[in-house]
Amino acid sequence: MSDRIDVLKTYKTYVGGKFPRSESDRTYKVKNSNDKIVANACRCTRKDVRDAVLAARAASKDWSGRSAYNRGQVLYRIAEMLEGRKDQFIKELELLGMKSKEAIYEVELSVDRLIYYAGWTDKYPQVFGTVNPVASSHFNFSTPEPTGVVGIIASDTDPLLSIISLIAPVIAGGNTCVILASESNPLPAVSFGEVLHASDVPGGVVNILTGYREEMVDHLSSHMDVNAVLNTIFDKKTRKLIDENASISVKRVVHYDSKNWADDTHENPYLILDFQETKTTWHPVGV
Amino acid sequence: MSVISIPDFNQTIPIDKVGVEERVSRLNKRSIKKESKVQALNLALSMIDLTTLEGKDSEGKVIQMCSKARMPYAPMPHLPSVAAVCVYPNMVTTAKKALKGTSINVASVATAFPSGMAQLQVKLDDTKFAVDSGADEIDMVISRGEFLKGNYNFIFDEIAAIKEVCGEAHLKVILETGELETYENVRTASDIAMYAGADFIKTSTGKISPAATQPVTLVMLEAIRDFYGDTGIMVGMKPAGGIRKAKEALQYLVLVKETLGAAWLTPDWFRFGASSLTNDLLMQIVKQETGVYQSLHYFSED
Amino acid sequence: MSEKTKENEAEATANGSPKPTSPNADLKHDFASFWNYSPAPESSDFVEIRKQYQHYIDGSFSVPAKKRYFKSINPATEEVLAEFAEGTSEDVDKAVKAARKAYDKVWSKLPARERGKYIYRIARMIQERARELAIIESMDGGKPIRESRDVDVPLAAAYFFYYAGWADKLDYAFPGRKAEPVGVCGQIIPWNFPLLMLAWKIAPALATGNTVVLKPAETTSLTALKFAEICMDAGLPAGVVNIVTGAGQTGAAIVDHPDINKIAFTGSTEVGKIIQKSLAGTDKKFTLELGGKGPNIIFEDASVDQAVEGIVNAIFFNQGHVCCAGSRLLVQEGIADKLIKKLKQRMETLIVGDPLDKNTDIGAINSKMQFNKINEYIEIGIKEGATIHQSNSSNLPDKGYFCKPTIFTGVAQSNRIVQEEIFGPVLTIQTFRTPEEAVEKANNTPYGLAGGIWTDKGSKIFKISQKLRSGVVWANTFNKFDPTSPFGGYKESGVGREGGLHGLYPYVNLK
Repeated sequence: MSDRIDVLKTYKTYVGGKFPRSESDRTYKVKNSNDKIVANACRCTRKDVRDAVLAARAASKDWSGRSAYNRGQVLYRIAEMLEGRKDQFIKELELLGMKSKEAIYEVELSVDRLIYYAGWTDKYPQVFGTVNPVASSHFNFSTPEPTGVVGIIASDTDPLLSIISLIAPVIAGGNTCVILASESNPLPAVSFGEVLHASDVPGGVVNILTGYREEMVDHLSSHMDVNAVLNTIFDKKTRKLIDENASISVKRVVHYDSKNWADDTHENPYLILDFQETKTTWHPVGV
Repeated sequence: MSVISIPDFNQTIPIDKVGVEERVSRLNKRSIKKESKVQALNLALSMIDLTTLEGKDSEGKVIQMCSKARMPYAPMPHLPSVAAVCVYPNMVTTAKKALKGTSINVASVATAFPSGMAQLQVKLDDTKFAVDSGADEIDMVISRGEFLKGNYNFIFDEIAAIKEVCGEAHLKVILETGELETYENVRTASDIAMYAGADFIKTSTGKISPAATQPVTLVMLEAIRDFYGDTGIMVGMKPAGGIRKAKEALQYLVLVKETLGAAWLTPDWFRFGASSLTNDLLMQIVKQETGVYQSLHYFSED
Repeated sequence: MSEKTKENEAEATANGSPKPTSPNADLKHDFASFWNYSPAPESSDFVEIRKQYQHYIDGSFSVPAKKRYFKSINPATEEVLAEFAEGTSEDVDKAVKAARKAYDKVWSKLPARERGKYIYRIARMIQERARELAIIESMDGGKPIRESRDVDVPLAAAYFFYYAGWADKLDYAFPGRKAEPVGVCGQIIPWNFPLLMLAWKIAPALATGNTVVLKPAETTSLTALKFAEICMDAGLPAGVVNIVTGAGQTGAAIVDHPDINKIAFTGSTEVGKIIQKSLAGTDKKFTLELGGKGPNIIFEDASVDQAVEGIVNAIFFNQGHVCCAGSRLLVQEGIADKLIKKLKQRMETLIVGDPLDKNTDIGAINSKMQFNKINEYIEIGIKEGATIHQSNSSNLPDKGYFCKPTIFTGVAQSNRIVQEEIFGPVLTIQTFRTPEEAVEKANNTPYGLAGGIWTDKGSKIFKISQKLRSGVVWANTFNKFDPTSPFGGYKESGVGREGGLHGLYPYVNLK
């Protein structure tokens, strides 16, 4: 047994349902909490950002047009796939230096969180949609619709749970997204891409890039075809940059202040609502 | 005139109820003041088909009405006379005699008015009797039952047949819009009537509620406009029943002005089927002239 | 048809009793030659307009720090209507301090129900002074009295009435959350619906427990200061509502003020982007209600006469000074000729003129600047090779800024008049063949505020409505507003919603 040489995994990106390397062909070293190098991750560039946004835009029409029931089933399927690969993720988190108990907790909570949002897809429009009793002879109703393509700048803490907490409400609401994975802890994000691939999520709905944040944030947040940005980085300079870039095309920006991703504040439909537009339709009432 | 192609009446022309009513309410906001008001009141007076259509009508009543038609208000002899009087066929001779020497027409309802529930031959005879008695205009009713059944050819043929019997007399076709229920039906009925040869289309008999309404009138005016655009033929319009106030009459005139234009603002192309409207118009005219609000006690009820 | 017929008609109409028995050759309707409406001006003699107005800060009228004033012009007469205080950063600071004090000491401590009762009072007082406010709105901004009287002012009152009721019911608005006010709100509003935009801003802000500093547009400040009088009459605690007048600089001072918690802006996308940029890196919440280039899609199976009316409402309402105007008409080919003919006919009955005349459909362009901009675009359209058509029936007054209703046919999607917001009574008309093509053209713009769909087929409405990337879809109607109905844009048309339950979100923090 002990003679066997382990097969190491090459961590790539996840874009448009495929696993390309960075177009730059460059990588950077990922270390665990003991400062030991555990893998090489792709060091993506603005061109990878461009490709990922293209993929997200291309997937948007199909994904936003899916029925709420179908989106719920797809999210549930992700949870099922993750449940099936629990051990892999636990090991990966342990490799990064997490204690076994913590790793189990994080993976299990990640599965549960996916199921939580799977259940919301066909309910949040009921909770947040309205029929508006206008004074004229018109039927008037408001429904939430996806904002479009969301750029997500992921957190360095709880690398699996945080990325799922960020992605789930965004895609549950019919958006597609491009995620800049944690710079220091990108591996669970990339592996999660494999889970997405194995489930029924159409290619391009979720796109995951790794690399140096400061090489990508500017391009992602200024991209004219990105409709919204979800940022988890506290740094004031980064926040200001994102805000300013957003103003070029009136993007919606949400900054999360969370440090504790296990916190149940991450399970609420208002997070879906952050990336929804309200559409109000009027129609005359008369025979 | 080129050959007119008759459209497929089964093809519904969509009409949005709320939109029609909004348009009317916007037109109702036209403010008619000063000279334009005086002009419109006089115009409205000249467009009236002074009407009596009751089972208890007597020759005496018809003669009195004709006298009012000639001279609506004796203290102001310069006022226009009304356009026509409208009576049952058996009163046509009386009316004709009473209006001798004037340009006031005698209109007669016919075709088993108001229900129209009779055989075609009966309707043709009814019409022929009125025309032979001297009626200048015939106000026929359509067979609403057949219309609602979707038997549009029946309606078309019936109107065409009556038109033939009318000869020189002008034919007004009463749709009885209160029984047609939807604006789409009103539009279809208007089109059938016009293509079948109506000189005028008219809303109501006055025996069914609702009678004339402004939205229905607007739909009919728009039908007239389209018919004119497609065929080059002008057709007249007559809302009838329920129009009692001068203010409403002016609102109708605004509808006509802004839908069809100046050419239709004459008794030749627009009529009010009404009776009590006359006195309200007169009261307003006198008020405009004297500045004093009027009382009905000073105006003859005929 | 013979010349003779035409002559006869002309002769007949001249003596006031036209008797054409056969139509003229081109089957045109004559809307002008007979029975024209006499002038029906709304009497403005009971309206009191002072020569000079101050800021309204901390419950009283307050002389501007720099003592500078600017003039506001009546665009229909080009005469000076009044002078308004020019707000500087000192004035804004004073107003923000007053708002903060009122928020801390009074407004946030007041029971929600009492807060609501103040707002109800305001609603009622607007209703009581409705005619006066309508007249002022028309004099100051050039909009026809028919609209200020029937739309702007009653709706403004309705917004206050609607949001007043929310004040003590906020617990039911946000399931699972408790709503807290954000604090002091800076609000900057445009000149196209001065009082109505004020209501859209102030009513939800007060109902949710915030205090406000509002800046009206520099060409239309008057009703805001009349509103200040109403606040005083209503006994609203000092500092809850503060109004600082001025132009862009004043607005910038509000946006940049460090003690403001939220900015609400309605205006151009250009300025909206500047504001969003200025707010970068701050914790201020913001909502933006920006420009638009609304598509109005007419399918072959539409109710044509109502659609024509809808097109008129979409583009000629308020001189086309409407961010959600249906300024791009998309007509299905089979119906295009018929529809355009009817539209041209209808345009002949539009009365352009004195805003105070009750029969005026299209009043004065709000300012000389806007007047010039619209005319520039009309020239651009001609240069781009489009075919222009303007209505003839109404003669424009000699003085004042007036623009004839204008449509352009033969335009391309790439034309500037199709792409850019003109904010005037100028419509471009394009045709399409398939629903897919219509949607593509409709969405092919950075804007996404509102759009129209006209068809008799219900299922088509829902499909197209779903596909339109815009915050409001008017199906078989256009330019309808209601306090219960959320309004706001997708994409570069803005962020956030105003109106309805959704209009509460921008003014609360959810705990």
